[in-house]
Amino acid sequence: MSVGNRVMRIEGIPASPGYAEGPLFDLDQPPVSYKAKGSAGEEQAALVSAIGKAVGRLAVLVETADGEAAGILEFHIAMLEDDALSGPALAAIGAGQPADAAWRAALDSEIAGYEASDQDYFRARAADLRDIRDQVLRALSEEGEAAAPPGAILHGEDIAPTRFLETDWSKGGGIALKRGSTASHVAMLARSRGVPMVVGLGALAAPPTGDALLDAEHGAIIFSPSPADVETFRQSASSFADRQGAARTFLTEPAMTKAGTAVRVQVNIAYPSDVEGIDIETCDGVGLMRTEFLFGKTLPDEETQYHAYRKVLEWAGGKPVTIRTVDAGGDKPVPGFTVEETNPFLGLRGIRLSLKRVDIFRVQIRALLRAAIHGNLRVMFPMIATPDEYSQAAALFAQEQAALAAQGVAHKLPPLGIMVEVPSVALAPEDFADVAFFSIGSNDLTQYVMAAARDNATVAHLNSARQPAVLRLIAAVAAFGLEKGVPVSLCGDAGGDPATIPALLEAGLRDLSVAPAQLAMAKAAIADVAA
Amino acid sequence: MSASAEATVLITHAVGLHARPSVKFTKLAKTFAAEVEVAVAANGPWFDAKSIVKVMAAKAPKGTMLHIRAKGDGATQAVKALVDLVQRDFDEDADHARSA
Repeated sequence: MSVGNRVMRIEGIPASPGYAEGPLFDLDQPPVSYKAKGSAGEEQAALVSAIGKAVGRLAVLVETADGEAAGILEFHIAMLEDDALSGPALAAIGAGQPADAAWRAALDSEIAGYEASDQDYFRARAADLRDIRDQVLRALSEEGEAAAPPGAILHGEDIAPTRFLETDWSKGGGIALKRGSTASHVAMLARSRGVPMVVGLGALAAPPTGDALLDAEHGAIIFSPSPADVETFRQSASSFADRQGAARTFLTEPAMTKAGTAVRVQVNIAYPSDVEGIDIETCDGVGLMRTEFLFGKTLPDEETQYHAYRKVLEWAGGKPVTIRTVDAGGDKPVPGFTVEETNPFLGLRGIRLSLKRVDIFRVQIRALLRAAIHGNLRVMFPMIATPDEYSQAAALFAQEQAALAAQGVAHKLPPLGIMVEVPSVALAPEDFADVAFFSIGSNDLTQYVMAAARDNATVAHLNSARQPAVLRLIAAVAAFGLEKGVPVSLCGDAGGDPATIPALLEAGLRDLSVAPAQLAMAKAAIADVAA
Repeated sequence: MSASAEATVLITHAVGLHARPSVKFTKLAKTFAAEVEVAVAANGPWFDAKSIVKVMAAKAPKGTMLHIRAKGDGATQAVKALVDLVQRDFDEDADHARSA
């Protein structure tokens, strides 16, 4: 049943371009009912396993949560791992209750305790307890839980990275979020896999059901579409597919404007395995290999890092591979490494954190120095704000190089460059004339210049690299690089956005790095630029 | 042998012994072999300091005199470490500098 069978078109923000037509799947659906197993022993085992499952899911979420959210998730985990929480439920099961009823009753009694508190703070914790209760109920009833049908449009508040990874996208489908963010890890994953995604759709009075049309090129979803809507939508989708198909013919060719200006187009990757789906002939190398994802659950040792870097370098043949030293912090916390901050985007992130934790940084430096002999490696530092930070980082490379040389370990010192994402660098590039190269991180540069957080949908209109102030800074850096012979590239999302590419070329850039899924469209957009 | 220790400490953290501080408090308590308990009144009721469910149930707001007592191996050290943690406001403000 759909919402009064009335067509409803809701605008959002495109997070990953494409079109999807299919049944809606409610991401926020309440847990389905649990089917009792039988014996008390089996019921107790089912509850213990469901709690374990809920803890496992939360642990994955902690990795992608920011400081405040991570603190809440850790609290949930600690509560779930406490036998005092499950004890009463396990006892009730022993007395003959099924697992779900026993758990619900035990938690409801805890919740009532919090609700009775005369302090706002503790009363508010009742919501946490309800959340904990429902997570376990959901895990308990897992077998009965509806998986999203193939080709479905997943609709809800937000989506966990695990849910994205568990979903089979081979039959199409898309993601439509009421909140969400274009800078989230799921958005990044969606772009690299080519899954259409729209965020910031806002809350709806009634949950829509039935079929929907997701236009993730312009950022909209149509609920209960009329036949005419479907017709128009399919035309747009097929035009998009044509453009993509046409773009594919550009894929294997070097990128060039109408006037014959050559533009280098490289790819951005996050995991070493990302290169498996990319033909090296279609790109000019790796303009950005992120390393913070290697730092997922635990801090990776030198061998793990060495093999990850080496794999990508060998895949690239002689083409350049630019690896960015770990950019943890901000919206990418790493347990045991990053710190909890009230304003993480302006805090101890990127090179600032690496220079505080040189023990961890030195491990990465050694892995990079050793991997450098396997290809054309360049290394860059994120979040550089002052020349001194670059000098300190470069000095650490020199120290580790000397140590490896003394031990007779094969290695090579790669060219060392910096990200241009803090406005202080873009405003005074002359202070950084001795770096090997500049790579403009347009996402962060834009958020810092416009004072608009990347992860906040309500200020998304400000968060555009096409804002004149941002473009002026990009042009200034490009001009400085040209004059002094310092190579300048750009590796933010703007580089892969067909609507922004003309402005970037106009600003003087000739070197872009884009998500692999955007490679063809980016080259097509370049071919469309006159100059 | 059965060592035992007891102490009282004033909670100065803005919202009291709430979610995040409770995680830190119980994690620290669990590092000691001694049996550790907390209470918000000298005459109890006493809660297991290693159980976050119980510690949260104590609902100790800012300004509470928190009573901590321990019995068994390392009882003195356990009470001292937990008192220190409360006095440091659960390191909530020091987090920024922690990794230095």
